[in-house]
This record gives sequence, C-alpha cells and structure tokens, in this order.
Amino acid sequence: MGRFILARSAQALLVLLIMSVVIYALIGLMPGDPIDLMISADPKMTSADAALLREIYGLDQPLYRRYLAWLTSALQGDLGYSRLFGQPVLDVLLPALGNTLTLMATAFIVAIAIALPLGTLAAAKPRSLLDYGVNFYAFAGISMPSFWLALLLIMLFSVTLGWLPAGGMAPAEAGLGEKLRHLALPVATIATLHIGAYSRYMRSAMLEVLRNDYIRTARAKGASERRVLWVHAWRNALIPVVTVLALDFGFLFSGALVTETIFSWPGMGKLIFDAVMGNDFNLAIIALLFATALTLLGNLIADLLYGLLDPRIRGAGRAQ
Amino acid sequence: MNTTSLSPTALALQRFRRHHLAVISALLLLAMVLAVAAAPLIEMLLGHSANQVDLYNRLASPSWQHPLGTDELGRDTLLRLLYGGRVSLLTGLAAAVCAATIGTLVGLSAGYFSGRTDTLLMRFTDSIIALPLLPLLIVLAAIDLTKLGLSAQLAGDESISLYRIVVIVGLTGWTTVARLVRGATLSLREREFVLAARGIGASDWLIMRRHILPNLLSPIIVAVTLSIGSVILLESVLSFLGLGIQPPLASWGNMLTNAQQLIWEAPQLAVYPGLLIFITVICFNFVGDGLQDAFDPKAEN
Repeated sequence: MGRFILARSAQALLVLLIMSVVIYALIGLMPGDPIDLMISADPKMTSADAALLREIYGLDQPLYRRYLAWLTSALQGDLGYSRLFGQPVLDVLLPALGNTLTLMATAFIVAIAIALPLGTLAAAKPRSLLDYGVNFYAFAGISMPSFWLALLLIMLFSVTLGWLPAGGMAPAEAGLGEKLRHLALPVATIATLHIGAYSRYMRSAMLEVLRNDYIRTARAKGASERRVLWVHAWRNALIPVVTVLALDFGFLFSGALVTETIFSWPGMGKLIFDAVMGNDFNLAIIALLFATALTLLGNLIADLLYGLLDPRIRGAGRAQ
Repeated sequence: MNTTSLSPTALALQRFRRHHLAVISALLLLAMVLAVAAAPLIEMLLGHSANQVDLYNRLASPSWQHPLGTDELGRDTLLRLLYGGRVSLLTGLAAAVCAATIGTLVGLSAGYFSGRTDTLLMRFTDSIIALPLLPLLIVLAAIDLTKLGLSAQLAGDESISLYRIVVIVGLTGWTTVARLVRGATLSLREREFVLAARGIGASDWLIMRRHILPNLLSPIIVAVTLSIGSVILLESVLSFLGLGIQPPLASWGNMLTNAQQLIWEAPQLAVYPGLLIFITVICFNFVGDGLQDAFDPKAEN
C-alpha cells in the first residue's frame, strides 16, 4: 500500500510539473503581454520605454528562461501580484477556494442525498416506472447545458416569482437565511445536473450486488426485503459508488466554472475565468495550477479510498 | 421470422428498432438536420436574411414575418436558430470525428503493442482525464493565434473560430474513445484470426488495419455518437462564455449570451436556443445508447 501511494503521488507530481510548463506556455500565448497593458494605460510611453520595461521584466528572454525564473520564485513562495485585484495572488485565491468549497460541498451533499436512495429504489424494482424515470432523468442530466438550466432557474425564481436573488454571494455578516437564499440557485443547478449520473452509478452498483449469493442467503433466512436492500446490499454497493463520487469530488475543486460565472459566485471557477479574460497572468497560472493540483489530489484519494473500503482489495494487495 | 438468416448488421438494426426512445431520437435528429439544411429556403420564404438587423423591430413578438419573433437587434430568431444549428451540428460532428480518430490511434497502438507502449500511452490518457478540463479549454480558446504565427488577417477570420473549436474539443475529447478501443483491441489481438494472420507473416500495420480496425467499428460508432452530444455541449458552453463561435456567426451557445443580459426584458430569447441544445444532445445520447444495445446485446444490464 505504501509503495502504491508513493508511486501514485510521484506520478501526480510529475503531471503537475508538466502541466505547469504547459499552462505557463499557454498563458504566454494569450493576447497581449503585461507591457502592452502598461502601454494602453499610459499613452505617453514610447516604444523605447516599452523595450526597456520588457528587458526589466525579462520578457525579452526565451520562454524556458522565463519559465525557470517563474518556477524558482514560485517555489520560494513568491507567487506575484494579481493585476485585477491589486493583491498578492494567494490573498485572492484562498477566499475563492473557500467560497467554491461552500458551494460545491453543499451541492454535492444535496445531490448525494437525493441520488443514492433514488438509485437504490430504481435497482430494487428494475423496469418499474421509477426505474425508467430515473434512467430518463439520468440522460436528461448529462444532456442539459448547465448555463441554460441556470438561466431557466433565474427566470423562474428571480424574474417571475422574485423569491431568490439572481446572483452574488451574501456578505459575511449576513444571517444564515440570507446566505442560504444566495446559495439556493447555484446549488440547485449543480445538484440537478449530478443527481442523474449519481443515481445511475448507484443503480448499477446495486444491481450488481443484488445478484450475489449472500443476498439470496439473507432472503432465505427470512430477512425483510427492506433489510436486505438497505442493510445487506446497500453497504456493499456503496464501495464502487464512493470511489466514483470521490473522483468527482476532485473535479469539484476547480468549481463549476459556468455556474459560478452566471451566478457571479466568487469561487475558483469564476476566478479562473476572470483571470484568463482579464489578462491577469500571475493569477491565471496559479489558479489553474491550484485547480489541477486539487483535482489530482481528489483522484489520488479516490484510488486510496477504493482500497481502504474494500477489504477484498486490501487483502489482495497484501498477498502480492 | 427466421432470424438465423439475417446478417449481423440487419440483426443490429432489428434490435435498434426495439429501442423506442432511440428510434424517436433518430427521427427527431433527422428532422433537425433537414430543417437546418433548409435554412436558406426558409430565409427566402420569409423574405429577410438571418443577420439582417432591423432596429425598429426589436424584441418583436411572433408574427407571420417572424415566426419566433426577433432578438435585441431585430434579427429573426427562427432563422438565427437554424443557422446556429448548422454551426452546432457541424462542429459537433467534426470535433467528434476528430476526437475519435486520435482516440482510435492511441487506443489501437496501446492495445496492440501492449507492454511499455501501453503503459506509457495509458498513463498519458489517465493524466489527461484527471485534468480540470473546462478551465484549460478556456485558456486554449483564449489563445492569440497571431502569436502562433498565423497572419492577423487569417486569425481574425470569421470561420477561424469554427476550426479552433473543432481542434480544441478534438484535442481533449479523445480519451474515452482511446480507453474503449484499447480494451477491445486487447481482447481482439489474442483471437485466432489475428494469430493466423500473424502466422502467415502479416505485418503489424496490416493486422491492425485489416483485422482489428474493422472489428472496432461498432464500438467506435457508438463512442462517436455519444461524444457528439458532449461536444455540442462543450461548444455551446464556450460560445456562451464568448470564447467559442464568434458573433455575428450564430450558434446556439452564443445566442444565449445576449439572452442572459436581456433576461428581465425578453426571457423568451433564453428558451429556444437552450431547448434546441438540450433536445439535440439528449437525442444523440439516446441514439448512442440504442446503438450500444444493438451492437452489443450482451452488455445490456
């Protein structure tokens, strides 16, 4: 197990390093450079000034030199300043990460709380109306453009009914009710889209488990159908589901970029979008790398969880 | 009916017909393609073009002249939906084919050569899968093409946003196909007809092309059908964010960009493009599902 963790961590670190090169190069290909921005801000600047500034900032150097310089200072903890916010990158990033976690964790919990029972019930009665309904819903969930769903929800709850705010996050000093009101629509958007897929995972995992001999044994010894379903089968079916969910949780860190942007939720997704669109090079690189790192971490945890939850796999690992 | 005399394709078709949702979806998609193809005809019938601005007639309600009303610039909504549909369907198809080609090449080489090639290619594929895709796509979509050596005139061309989106989605969407093809290839390469071909001295290239690839056709078709849906979704998201298809060229995604700003005045504008994206994508998914059941009846759960 220890070797496995080490190997996977090393691989994740390697991917992260390669991604830092790729992202750095890509950001360099975006329109304009910091000096262009200075020129547009100060019309009196001459081209000689610009060339001088390029030299000072090292922009006349080849790409790999600039990358190495950036990497050295980043590793020493100097992540630079955000152009858009006028603050150190980390001071902008960490609150955004917190906001994303609030949003995504809530949406994740809501989606799981609805999807797992739904999937179980669908598996208990295959080919029933509920089963077909869940199946259809799953297809709808993966086919729905998230931004359209968000627009429809805004249309219904903000424009027509006027119940909920159309965007933004409640200020820190606001009461819980106000915070929840701001959270409601983005959470609903994300949860609605994920419930379908999650309930399908649960359904197929349950169907798999219900075929096992110990289920027949449980029925034969006279356990009620409810007990068979929710005690004997449920716990075993959860193993593959938890792994898939953990995998998905990794992706949650980068935020639901579209949902956050539409609802102006100040999280990681919106931050990345704003940084890329606003030529905030320092912030864009770090935010993207942060999102990548957290996603990789999520994957790693999913792998470990699979081994931890399933004693059969743990045993097999030891036997090898 | 005596089913034993039917060819595998006919059998698959028969099974497909039993998947009612898939059949209805296929018909809907056919209707959509026909409508989109007939866009110039409808343009002629209505007597105005899709991008014709009419500021005296902004946000008009439906009429004979404008069956679905007009948008904030007085352009006909129906016509823009039809032309937008052309863009969305074409980019979807092109990018899915592009992704499938890359995925097939990667998966085929990994599965056929196995060993170190396999490990390397699949580690690479897994790493791509583990990346936060959308944020990276946004960076790719924001790249200044002149910095890649394209002339300013070419980079500013209207149709370049079309090619760009096809390339971006093609470059990132191949992973599913690669895994699928690898899995199928791994089992095919041990089959007797491959061993026989190798025995009579056929080269690797010939075996892959003549003996393995044709057997991969059905999983690849399924994968392409399923991925067209997700490609259309990605295209619409990027266009919605202003990074995909650039106006005045209409796409279902970028029609919704303006609709968000106008949601208080003209909520109807936000309904049609999204509905069309949703219907198209869900239809492709149902057709893909139907094809999967039809080609591989054993996999049905």
